[in-house]
Amino acid sequence: MTPVPFVMQLLNALAAMLLLLSFAMLAQRRVVTLVDLFALQGAVLCAATLLLAWRTGETNLYISAALTLALKVIVLPRLLHRLIRRLGVYWDTDPLLNIPGTMLVGLMIVVFAFGLAQPISALASTATRSAVGIAVAVILLAFLTMITRRKAMSQVVGFLSMENGLFFGAMSATYGMPMVVELGVALDVLVAMLVLGVFFFQIREQFDSLDLEELEARKEER
Amino acid sequence: MRSLHWFTQVLEVAAALAAAPLFHGWVNQCRAWLQNRSAPPLLQTYRGIRKLFYKDAVIAERASPLFRIAPYVVFATMLTAAAIIPSMGTRLPFSSSADAIALVGLFATARVFLALAAMDIGTAFGTLGARREMMVGFLAEPALLMVVFVASLISMTTSLPAISERLATQALTLSPSLAFTAVAFTMVLLAENGRIPIDNPATHLELTMIHEAMMLEYSARHLALMELAAALKLFNYACIGFALFIPWGTAMGGGGPGALLAAVPILGAKLAVAGAALAVIETVSAKLRVFRAPEFLATAFLFAVLGLLVH
Repeated sequence: MTPVPFVMQLLNALAAMLLLLSFAMLAQRRVVTLVDLFALQGAVLCAATLLLAWRTGETNLYISAALTLALKVIVLPRLLHRLIRRLGVYWDTDPLLNIPGTMLVGLMIVVFAFGLAQPISALASTATRSAVGIAVAVILLAFLTMITRRKAMSQVVGFLSMENGLFFGAMSATYGMPMVVELGVALDVLVAMLVLGVFFFQIREQFDSLDLEELEARKEER
Repeated sequence: MRSLHWFTQVLEVAAALAAAPLFHGWVNQCRAWLQNRSAPPLLQTYRGIRKLFYKDAVIAERASPLFRIAPYVVFATMLTAAAIIPSMGTRLPFSSSADAIALVGLFATARVFLALAAMDIGTAFGTLGARREMMVGFLAEPALLMVVFVASLISMTTSLPAISERLATQALTLSPSLAFTAVAFTMVLLAENGRIPIDNPATHLELTMIHEAMMLEYSARHLALMELAAALKLFNYACIGFALFIPWGTAMGGGGPGALLAAVPILGAKLAVAGAALAVIETVSAKLRVFRAPEFLATAFLFAVLGLLVH
């Protein structure tokens, strides 16, 4: 067994942390903690990007690390916290599936993601190719978070976490997306957040709740 | 050299038998200090067990032979387990006959006998305790097996001393999979030994108890053996943890009597730290409702499987 350089070990540890945080978000019932976990995931992602930038010497990775820090660790969590305060949604009601069940489904998803990522990482020539599986798993777990929640608020956090996974995947497969795409995605996420913020108020005014079941019920009545 | 290996083997079993109540007492003492109570003396567990051996045993009228045999079986399995776990030296003559998976099986045997004996009398409390124990057990066992598998995958063997030796001699790396597994193992340890998030070892005759409920009908020497077995189980789990996650300091294959001599105080130091840490965990966490236990153990399983996957 050849010894792995320490930077790569650290990078792998950070990737494992990302996966763990995804599971923590999957199991979390309190919306406030969910947002905190999302911010933490952003911070881990930022650290991983910085580490990779330092190792490969790619300058645009430094920029995307800065972007991650500004957007996902500072701006978005603050926006979300303010929304939570103003809307007064602190708890998600019971998720659609109980927590141990969700965990087991999540585990199966991780196995599936690792299998899915194997051909990709075999083709990739980057030093971080083993992390592609974790990136796919983070994306799918965020999907699962969105699926199992009732409240719009936690679904949005799941959506944002999915973006984290995409970002990490791009980073580990090809050392990041082109700068234009990255800036575009960052702006998209910010705008989406603002639009969704307005949308929340609209939903609440219409249905007196942020429970999206109500929207479905309305559809069936027609 | 062979005689030294046998000496190590005998020493380990004797040390487990002698030190297990001491470790139990140490954990209790630390707990009492942390909770601002005046602590029981360190040797209290020995005294309790000695007292019980002098008493006359009372056995329920309808008890089957199983009820009488169970304490001896449980105690013997725990002692056998202690013989397999490399707490001081890794060259154990016994270890070639049973690997880490057999060790999990030994714990399962003890659990089955304990649960059967608890149901044997037919009291409500015994049956309740047995059912809960089985519920905890069937969730904790896969997690423990997963923990063992991760360590086996890293070292390519299922023999516990060989795993320990390999882990101690490999280059020091930052291993997220071992970190996850360590968390999973700690959670399994808490659940399997009736520690606080799952069961409270200090309560008797309350509706929440698990382990104590199964032993309510036992008295005198049977109870003494059961309590000794429980202390041994805790000691064994601690030693498995040391063997997997902090294997440094045990006498490895090439080491002579000197290494073995050095391993004794190192094991003592590890036990002292682990006991204090266990007391801290128990003090800062609240007991979970029984129906939250599956959630706790599912998390342990999750950690172990994640450890397996990120390896």
